[in-house]
Amino acid sequence: MSDTTNPKTLSRRSLIKGAAAATGAMAFPYVRAADPITLRYLGTAVNQDKAIAEKFKADTGIEIQYIPVTTDDVTKRAVTAPNSFDLIDTEYFSLKKILPTGNLLGIDTKRIKNADKITTLFTKGEVGGKKVGDQGTAPKKVMYVDKPDSKTFSAAPTQFMTLIPTVYNADTLGIRPDLIKRPIESWKELLNPEFKGKSAILNIPSIGIMDAAMVVEASGLHKYPDKGNMTKAEIDLTIKTLIEAKKAGQFRALWKDFNESVNLMASGEVVIQSMWSPAVTAVRTKGIACTFQPLKEGYRAWAAGFGVPKTVSGKKADAVYEFINWFLDGWAGAYLNRQGYYSAVLETAKAKMEAYEWAYWMEGKPATQDIKSPNGDLLAKAGSLRDGGSYEQRMGGIACWNAIMDENAYMVQKWNEFVAA
Amino acid sequence: MSSSPRSLSAWAQATPFTLVFALFLVLPLVLVAVVSTWHASDYELIPAFSAQNYIDVFKGCANTGELCVTLKTYLSTLKFCFLVWAITLLIGFAVAYFLAFHVRSVGAQTLLFILCTVPFWTSNVIRMISWVPLLGRNGLINQGLQGLGLIDSPIEWLLFSNFSVVLAFVHLYTMFMIVPIFNSMMRIDRALIEAARDGGASGWQTLWNVVIPLSKPGIVIGSIFVITVVMGDFVTVGVMGGQQIASVGKVINTQMGALQFPPAAANSVILLVAVLAIIAVLTRLVDIRKEL
Repeated sequence: MSDTTNPKTLSRRSLIKGAAAATGAMAFPYVRAADPITLRYLGTAVNQDKAIAEKFKADTGIEIQYIPVTTDDVTKRAVTAPNSFDLIDTEYFSLKKILPTGNLLGIDTKRIKNADKITTLFTKGEVGGKKVGDQGTAPKKVMYVDKPDSKTFSAAPTQFMTLIPTVYNADTLGIRPDLIKRPIESWKELLNPEFKGKSAILNIPSIGIMDAAMVVEASGLHKYPDKGNMTKAEIDLTIKTLIEAKKAGQFRALWKDFNESVNLMASGEVVIQSMWSPAVTAVRTKGIACTFQPLKEGYRAWAAGFGVPKTVSGKKADAVYEFINWFLDGWAGAYLNRQGYYSAVLETAKAKMEAYEWAYWMEGKPATQDIKSPNGDLLAKAGSLRDGGSYEQRMGGIACWNAIMDENAYMVQKWNEFVAA
Repeated sequence: MSSSPRSLSAWAQATPFTLVFALFLVLPLVLVAVVSTWHASDYELIPAFSAQNYIDVFKGCANTGELCVTLKTYLSTLKFCFLVWAITLLIGFAVAYFLAFHVRSVGAQTLLFILCTVPFWTSNVIRMISWVPLLGRNGLINQGLQGLGLIDSPIEWLLFSNFSVVLAFVHLYTMFMIVPIFNSMMRIDRALIEAARDGGASGWQTLWNVVIPLSKPGIVIGSIFVITVVMGDFVTVGVMGGQQIASVGKVINTQMGALQFPPAAANSVILLVAVLAIIAVLTRLVDIRKEL
């Protein structure tokens, strides 16, 4: 590469000195080093891994500057301050709030090399040729726009995508099998009086209400036409169920921070709760048994993706596209798959993973040797199986997606009632 | 207003700070008040002039059977406020008294002061996580009591309860009481205390008739600190209450999270009025300006 010809002269000062002393031609190759591009990457800390930024920098010379905030704040920034970032990594359900502001530009799939290899879960809502649950904000509903600056979604696939998927997963309840000592098969167990004072639900209204809806439906109280878009009466019923449980002392705590959920579980304060996959992993790396329990009613899925704000242009926009292409190219995908998430383009990620890793993480086969996280922590011993089985079994079991409801304002108001009860 | 050079220079000296306050305090507050009358959709603010947000806040409050959410939340917040105020006042006064009248060297005073700031050295989440091994179901206290045979099953209310919230507040904010009270006490002329003793007053009489009246400004300032901080807090109530206890700040925080700025602004205005009312009463009790 051109910028390796003289690795000692990298600073602007020495560049000027060098240029003054020698010919202009000698200074030319250093232009990129003197004026490096930095991309401000707005997202939650979930996939803002240091290793990914370092590898990308090593591969392309482009610097990534992470701006880690909460899910709510990603949306807030996208709506209120679109020029404070160059690349956004947001959840699909937030699009209902962000897109109408016109702050995002549709991504031209002709410039994304692996666009046609993005898993069918996003483009068609299918896994292995079979339709999965699409209640809530399923990505396929908000995946496309007609033209780059469109403020409404396109029902049919087009050349322009709203977000290019980064990671996604299917969430369920986490349990302490060593303390529960019996099989757990249904969401309704979350409100089972057996676990009075030992269960927890997450205090992020738009996600917590979905977990609550899974419980209500599993208990046979009500069958929702669409859990992701409840009527006012349905919201009332769901919150009423939660309030009754809370008054009876069902919940030990509600949690909002990832670390809180890890701590509740690891300390044994809670034995069954809403949980996220990396939190389960974190409990396990402490040597404490914790299962991300597959349940018969299915999973609550979520997905995040890269979006491009309308404020980037020129070289910066090129760099953003370069990053997205690099992200789909396999290395990052393999990295995320090894953390227990799923990547958007499976075949490129597969090429960067060992066969035994792929078999454990994606095919649901017993590990033939110890499974380690990207930082080298032991995640599973040889012979163990991944919770929930293969990619098809797990993603095929999606019942609903994280969502923003039409009655969102009312829901938030009722949720505050639940917290105050 | 006279235009003598002296008055002019006074105005000039006050201007920078006035501008800072006008720009960064008054203007934002005015904006909050304005936005509280607006409408909002999921993604935009719609200018309007309506009381709807305020009506929504007090929805159901006419029902006398059960308290509405807002009143319940305020009652709970006020309850914490009172408990924390009373306890921090007691502890803060005692600590300040000890520092001011019993610790002689300035070095020792400074060292002890720094000790009081220890609770501020870590983040809230870490602090909460460190309470769990102490107060939790399998925590030190429960295990200790069980080991001594004093209780059969763990005490549940030690953590994620009103108790733990008050404990955390006191742990954190006693400092705000200590500093101003200590400050007031240091200004007390030691000759007055000697005079009281010479006049035959007992230790309690000196405390009640000399020290406390002269510490009043410190007590009021400390009270204002503690009360305003507790009224607006949502993080401590959240983590120590297991997110199950409502607070006014939490309601606002949740609405902000959902991008519902106008209702959040309405709630903020109401909270502001409530806090200002409390402070007005406090300053009525003691004229701080005169005392300082």
